[in-house]
Amino acid sequence: MTATTTRPASSDSVADATAAPSRPPHRRRRSADPVPWWLIAIGVVVAGYFVLPTVIVIPMSFGGSSSFQFPPKEFSLALYERFFTDPKWIGSLGNSLLVAVLAALIATVFGTAAAVGLNALTGRLARAMRTLLMISMVTPAIVLAVAVYISFLQWRITGTLGGYVLAHATIGLPFVLVAVTSALGGFDRRLLRASASLGATPLHTFLRVTMPLIGRGVVTGALFAFVTSLDEVVIALFLRSPTFQTLPVQMYTAVTVEVDPTIAAASSLVVVSVTILLLIPQLVRRKTPRS
Amino acid sequence: MPALALLSVILLVPLFSSLVRSLSSPTWTLDNYAHLFTDGVTLTVLGRTATTALIVTAVALLLGYPYAYLLTRVGPRARAVLLVVVLVPFWTSVMARNFAWLVLLQRGGPVSEAFAFLGMPDVVLSGTTSGVTIAMSQVLLPFMVLPLYSSLGGIDRRLLLAARGLGSSPIVAFWKIYWPLSRGGVVAGVILVFTLSLGFYVTPALIGSPQQSLVAQLLNQRTTQLLDFAGASALGIVVLVVTLLLVAWANRFGGTISAIGVVATSGEGTKR
Repeated sequence: MTATTTRPASSDSVADATAAPSRPPHRRRRSADPVPWWLIAIGVVVAGYFVLPTVIVIPMSFGGSSSFQFPPKEFSLALYERFFTDPKWIGSLGNSLLVAVLAALIATVFGTAAAVGLNALTGRLARAMRTLLMISMVTPAIVLAVAVYISFLQWRITGTLGGYVLAHATIGLPFVLVAVTSALGGFDRRLLRASASLGATPLHTFLRVTMPLIGRGVVTGALFAFVTSLDEVVIALFLRSPTFQTLPVQMYTAVTVEVDPTIAAASSLVVVSVTILLLIPQLVRRKTPRS
Repeated sequence: MPALALLSVILLVPLFSSLVRSLSSPTWTLDNYAHLFTDGVTLTVLGRTATTALIVTAVALLLGYPYAYLLTRVGPRARAVLLVVVLVPFWTSVMARNFAWLVLLQRGGPVSEAFAFLGMPDVVLSGTTSGVTIAMSQVLLPFMVLPLYSSLGGIDRRLLLAARGLGSSPIVAFWKIYWPLSRGGVVAGVILVFTLSLGFYVTPALIGSPQQSLVAQLLNQRTTQLLDFAGASALGIVVLVVTLLLVAWANRFGGTISAIGVVATSGEGTKR
């Protein structure tokens, strides 16, 4: 069952990224079959297409102008000052962080439980559940947003912290599930029986045996659930209220209604901090190389 | 297990009640669906959305295929860099990227200045479908590259060398051997990008113009401005059914559902 989720090519590639440099035959084979120059040229162009739009927000954030001007004409920290002093911006950042932490927490607890449970299950029910979760990943955000919005209106939880947290926990759940399932790939279930036979309660077994083994998967899943919530804009646009909105919604308003260049500072902060956040697990991994 | 069921409820109940609402208000009827196909607007918008999605998918395939191929060919260090280049935009802010595109494409922005420099002063891409296409292709490109990379990575390149050794030209060797072997990844990437572009909201809303609106904007308008919940639900269900049919159809070719898992985990896998 883990064949679909533990086989991602890139995790293999990280494995041979650490192994390959010490293998000369690999290198020799490549010189007999060179990478054509035009392929490298295309690669560079596409890489630029990937990176440039993300990068230009950083110089923009240091411009002092009052419109969306690029390249910036002057250097100033005015936009950052406004970001950190205007309650509209700093308040929505606070809301976003609060929603993301709570949503990630719920998604992680439920997603981990679900992954451990699904790992024990086989057969039709498990397959159905997994398909269901994957379907939730391909449902267009706008369709989900409209459906969730109308239902939440009836339940009277639009514009509330609880509503945001519920919706974001739901979209974060599949990421936790996938990460934990792949961490469970090499998990030996006999350990659970061994632990039980030695007198541990199921909870004790989970905390002392299962958790240490799948901990990294849980942390990764939690991180991605957090980032997904922090970045989610479509559902948040529908659920917003005058008193409660998240940072992406404020950014959206800044572009569409207010023409407020503070968004450049907000974008740069988000891009830099999310990138750092996502690189943390990789750096931690590098310190504990697997053979 | 009950945990999973509980959260599925948050997801499925709204979708299911959409379905019921679209069929049952004011009474049990298919009128809401009939309206979609007769009001003249919806079909035009659906057609425009499908065309845009097709172009975005084609652009993503044309750029993504060589990039994924390059990923399988370079050394480990270059590959790590190229993968991070794909994954960082994949996981960083959608709003930041759309804002950046807005700035790049706006009137008097760098792109239109560049066109002016080349002697075409009146090219303004913001507010046009081409502008939306350029921005959407960039936002969705990782969804093409990642499944393609996982599929191309499994192809034994010695087959190509063997074909060359037996006297075939590089183009024939690619067309007869490499392309058929990569088809699973191509189908997965194409379906993924196409279905995601069908439901894309932020980019067309920010960069496109209201006159050229796509189906996501129409859904938003029906819901928040016209308060036509039944009509919006019906439209949402149509989009959802089309999406699921495409995914199911692709599933018969090479497991898109698992490819989506691969996309999610490879994001996770390389960063882990």
